[in-house]
Amino acid sequence: MMRAFTTLDGLVAPLDRANVDTDAIIPKQFLKSIKRAGFGPNLFDEWRYLDHGEPGMDPATRQPNPDFVLNFPRYQGTSVLLARDNFGCGSSREHAPWALEDYGIRAVIAPSFADIFYNNCFKNGILPIVLDAVVVDRLFQECEASEGYRLGIDLDKQTVTTPGGEILKFEVDGGRKHRLLNGLDDIGLTLLQGDKIKAYEERRKQEAPWLFA
Amino acid sequence: MSGQTLFQKLWDAHVVHVEPDGTTLLYIDRHLVHEVTSPQAFEGLKLAGRTPRRTDAAIAVPDHNVPTTDRSQGIADPVSRLQVETLDANCAEFGITEFKMDDIRQGIVHVIGPEEGLTLPGMTVVCGDSHTSTHGAFGALAFGIGTSEVEHVLATQCLWQKPSKTLLVKVEGTLGRGVTAKDIALAIIGEIGTAGGTGYAIEFGGSAIRALTMEGRMTLCNMAIEAGARAGMVAVDATTIDYVKGRPYAPQGEAWDKAVAWWNTLHSDADAQFDRVVELDATKIEPQVTWGTSPEMVTTVSGRVPNPTDAPNEVKANDWLRALDYMGLAAGTPIAEIPVDKVFIGSCTNSRIEDLREAAAVAKDRKIASGVKLALVVPGSGLVKRQAEQEGLDKVFIEAGFEWREPGCSMCLAMNADRLEPGERCASTSNRNFEGRQGQGGRTHLVSPAMAAAAACAGHFVDVRHF
Repeated sequence: MMRAFTTLDGLVAPLDRANVDTDAIIPKQFLKSIKRAGFGPNLFDEWRYLDHGEPGMDPATRQPNPDFVLNFPRYQGTSVLLARDNFGCGSSREHAPWALEDYGIRAVIAPSFADIFYNNCFKNGILPIVLDAVVVDRLFQECEASEGYRLGIDLDKQTVTTPGGEILKFEVDGGRKHRLLNGLDDIGLTLLQGDKIKAYEERRKQEAPWLFA
Repeated sequence: MSGQTLFQKLWDAHVVHVEPDGTTLLYIDRHLVHEVTSPQAFEGLKLAGRTPRRTDAAIAVPDHNVPTTDRSQGIADPVSRLQVETLDANCAEFGITEFKMDDIRQGIVHVIGPEEGLTLPGMTVVCGDSHTSTHGAFGALAFGIGTSEVEHVLATQCLWQKPSKTLLVKVEGTLGRGVTAKDIALAIIGEIGTAGGTGYAIEFGGSAIRALTMEGRMTLCNMAIEAGARAGMVAVDATTIDYVKGRPYAPQGEAWDKAVAWWNTLHSDADAQFDRVVELDATKIEPQVTWGTSPEMVTTVSGRVPNPTDAPNEVKANDWLRALDYMGLAAGTPIAEIPVDKVFIGSCTNSRIEDLREAAAVAKDRKIASGVKLALVVPGSGLVKRQAEQEGLDKVFIEAGFEWREPGCSMCLAMNADRLEPGERCASTSNRNFEGRQGQGGRTHLVSPAMAAAAACAGHFVDVRHF
């Protein structure tokens, strides 16, 4: 079962750069793991630490980069990441949402996301929220101006609520929303279509026999 | 009613079921598997007591972690070794064909698929790797997926998808001498940006694309993802069919004739409507060099590093400033005056035989410059390597001072021992110049194979057309 996402009242951290790629979210050396868990300490590793990270290092022995936003005392306990355009571009590595989730990020708000990353979030209980660039810009200003800035997120209602009571609507695909609200496993749902898959295969074996060994 | 796009034809041929909101269960014909994004998928399958639906549709190969030096002692890094051994064990347990590290057919997953005829026109092709877009060169619908979807395809042979919007990138005219598919790809990304293709499937068309070889088309489709598009594709024509014919996994006899009859329909109809069209003039494309930390930060070899004050908006100006700082470059520096420390010729973008021929033609009777610490040539597969050796290309490279290596992903993403050290600058034929991509603190400039070879010999970027 995937962790469901319903509502969240979360501390927000602003990551003010565009085109944040999945190599930055979780560098390649950590992709050698054969596990799904444990990537949180290496989220944004090359930005977050001054020393070079390798798998198996004790995070307590690392040198945090005091200039990286997630290391600021005011952003400890962040669960909502505010980001710029094209967040999650690059590699398809699902280790990126695994690392965000393991760190404690449950929602990312940006003007746009890369397609594969956006899709991968929904498989891991993370809600990616697209808001207009002008609105995101304003949230950046509010967040930076006000320590302890939090946003309320309601997936069912498709709203983000600011501390000032402003309600921002966002779009989300109906199927993805349903599965995320209920923490549903895609494979189980797909297997309910087993007869249709079988019928498709039988037809294709006649039409395009070379596709079947 | 207007005609259909290639994307629509490929999509329609694979629809298993459509939900009321348009979400579609799409059938997957070919599933390519590598060691990095599959272990958690196999583990999930086992935990749920499931088995792969069609082992004949899957093919596996280790490529990201494999050493490119002597392999007789196996993989030295125990973490990398475990990941490759896990792939071996999963394939053995579930009966999936794997080209192991010592198999002549081993190589980069996006090189071996087409090489073996495992990638065919009309297929849906997926892999837990964003550069799966490469296979669209064959008139296939090919895109990268995450590990959850790898598990989903193993269990069901299907994926839930919504149709993409369609973008036609039309490149008309004849490319100048020394200008390659890589330069077209970078010029397009420079034009539309790294998010320009987000939400779209790109079809590349026009006379310049029709004139490309299959290898050139693969290079171009490979970089569709760098323009933000999960899928890039090129219509089937005689070039496609000639390339596929006779490959080990290609159909034969009656099945071949039947397949070709269908494949010949795989092009956008003349009156097909695209959601967006972008046009480029091939005659104006020059050799490209990236200067920053995103593939859209690109200019021509005769250009200069731009000034952030010229950026179109404040967000971009900050990005450019940060990129110049990371890259150790001053605004206004002529590209041709930027020295390089290392050179990498390889990756799923540019490691096929034609790429190696182009690089070797430049390296022939030259030596790498004294300031260049390392120049690597990493063929895309064991078969590419063998072909190159039969043509004597290995000797050309070795005599010029390049290292001739074993096949794999290598320094494109530096998961194995091949990497940049902090501050080192590299002319690379790979696809991503992100911060740290080729090693923490490493500085990557993306170029074509000929431009990389020329930079190795000159010690700095140089216009290969006048070299």
